[in-house]
Amino acid sequence: MPELEQVTTNEKQVGTGTRYFRRFTAGQRALHATLFTTFLGLAATGMCLRFSDSVWARAVARAVGGFGAILFFHKACAVVLTLAFLIHVRDIFARAIMNREKGIFWGPTSMVANWRDMKDLVAHLRWMVGLGPKPRFERYAYWEKFDYWAVFWGMVVIGFSGYAMWFAPFFARFLPGWALNAVLVIHSEEGLLAILFIFSIHFVNTHLHPDSFPMDMAIFTGVESEEEFKTKHGLEYERLAHSGKLERLLAEAPGTWQINFSKVVGFTAIVIGLTLLVLTLTAYFS
Amino acid sequence: MRSAWAKGDADCLACHGDATMTDANGHSIAVNGDKFQASIHGALGCNGCHADIKGYPHPEHPAKVDCKSCHADEAKNLAESVHRDGKEHPCTSCHGNQHEIFPKSDPRSAVYPLNIPKTCGNCHGNPEVAKKYGFSNVFSMYADSIHGMALSDEGLLVAANCESCHGSHRILSHKDPASSTYKTNVPATCGKCHAKIDADYEQGVHGKAIAKGDLKAPVCSDCHTAHAILQPTESEFRMQSTPICGSCHKDKLSTYHDTFHSQLGLLGGYVQTARCWDCHGAHDVRPSSDPGSPINRANLVKTCGKCHTGANLSFVQYQPHADPHNRKLNPGLFFVRLFMNLLLAGTLTFFVIHTILWLVRSRFHQIRKKSSNGGKDA
Repeated sequence: MPELEQVTTNEKQVGTGTRYFRRFTAGQRALHATLFTTFLGLAATGMCLRFSDSVWARAVARAVGGFGAILFFHKACAVVLTLAFLIHVRDIFARAIMNREKGIFWGPTSMVANWRDMKDLVAHLRWMVGLGPKPRFERYAYWEKFDYWAVFWGMVVIGFSGYAMWFAPFFARFLPGWALNAVLVIHSEEGLLAILFIFSIHFVNTHLHPDSFPMDMAIFTGVESEEEFKTKHGLEYERLAHSGKLERLLAEAPGTWQINFSKVVGFTAIVIGLTLLVLTLTAYFS
Repeated sequence: MRSAWAKGDADCLACHGDATMTDANGHSIAVNGDKFQASIHGALGCNGCHADIKGYPHPEHPAKVDCKSCHADEAKNLAESVHRDGKEHPCTSCHGNQHEIFPKSDPRSAVYPLNIPKTCGNCHGNPEVAKKYGFSNVFSMYADSIHGMALSDEGLLVAANCESCHGSHRILSHKDPASSTYKTNVPATCGKCHAKIDADYEQGVHGKAIAKGDLKAPVCSDCHTAHAILQPTESEFRMQSTPICGSCHKDKLSTYHDTFHSQLGLLGGYVQTARCWDCHGAHDVRPSSDPGSPINRANLVKTCGKCHTGANLSFVQYQPHADPHNRKLNPGLFFVRLFMNLLLAGTLTFFVIHTILWLVRSRFHQIRKKSSNGGKDA
């Protein structure tokens, strides 16, 4: 099909007008995809349980095949997410211990918070109210680190309290009696916090924000344009450019199908998330 | 042919045996001789009731037959009952055609146990009658109940029919203390068949309260309802009963609502999650201090273990009615909840402010720089 090949080549040529750089590996994107699909499932079923006296909770329960199905889906998503979490932790330790990758725990590319993040936060806030220049950020800006650790802490806390309820007689062997009461409070409050945070703060900061609107595709396609790179993580761009390592990150422009696929998946997640946010808020305040 | 079947009766039937015979007003005055002869009154002959008719031609308006002349006790009872109005409730309204009355042990009788619900239902299953007197359509509720099904499906003669609970001639309003359906009499009425459950109930706190005349305590019909009685294992029953206990035990219902038992149970009838009586017992509810109570400390492992395989002494320290707002009773839970709420409120407050400021500032920045790069920079 010579005509079709012609079209494809043309598109590629248009694409080469802008340079693209790799931001996330396939593994990281897969982790995010697993995280957000299971999280949506956990949030939808979890909120039905938390606000089980609301009309929509019963409607959802009926729609998925009854009250028993709600709990089944919740546990199924939890197990998948737990596996993803364990694989991630194993991956970190493998990189830190086997590969002796120092950048994991400290340095500009690390996820670990440092003094610089505190200064970045203050500088950013000063800029927001017009008291200083716009700060520039390294590979992970402070709010991106917060997003990561909030999810990390959330998974440990929600996961532990969830399994403690699931296998209560077993956990009762080494937990005091009142802890069995506390795990439900912890699980539901932390879950609520996660839902409110992800579906409002994370959505707005990362996707609906003016420089990404309507959506930041980097986590779906794995690459971002040079312009985005410079704007969002200017210090990293500069550091790599100086050390001559920038070109190593050069990547192909995302294909049309990749962009469309990302849009469909991303928007679906955002719509489901915002719907859950509205339902949660109405149930919480009624 | 019976000896009492006098020649006179044949004379009467010469005219009244014509099935189309009517009086001046068009009311049928026909008698089916065969059926009358087979009926319980057949032996009495026509004159047994129509004593005033001595020969033919007889007066145009013979005296009205009064059942009371033989059935004095029944008439006396009926006169005290809710059906005392003889015009609205003549004997025939329940016993059927006056010339075709059979004993209640006869399947042809309108008051044979299997026929009673239909007989009462003639009025009590009629929406217009129900509307007129302001009572619910008890007939259809009964028909679908466990009693009604046993009666109609199995033909169980011992299954409760209307009469079993309400009596027959002396039916009193449930507000009348002498009525078999008056609140304090309900346990004994149900206990006529459910003897063991009644005995259990009398031992429990509710039974003892009722015996003392405390009308707030529940009797059988408060939980099981009177007519639409459901199988306690049905999800519908399990859904409807918890709020009934909660209508008195309000604080317990509210703390129960905070638990996973309730959350899952509320989602449309999860049959396996614990409802009040799964832990407290149903009929002989006893205080936790009573060694016979399933929620007595010594019995908790067994009670919780009914659902939670592997429940141990530590597990049963779980409090199914813990109140996280009560610092004195549940200090651990109180502070856990306080910490979680502060964490939630603190994180969200900070980030909502942060996000709004950032959003506004970025947009502002973007508009100012719009000309340079098409609005992509912020």
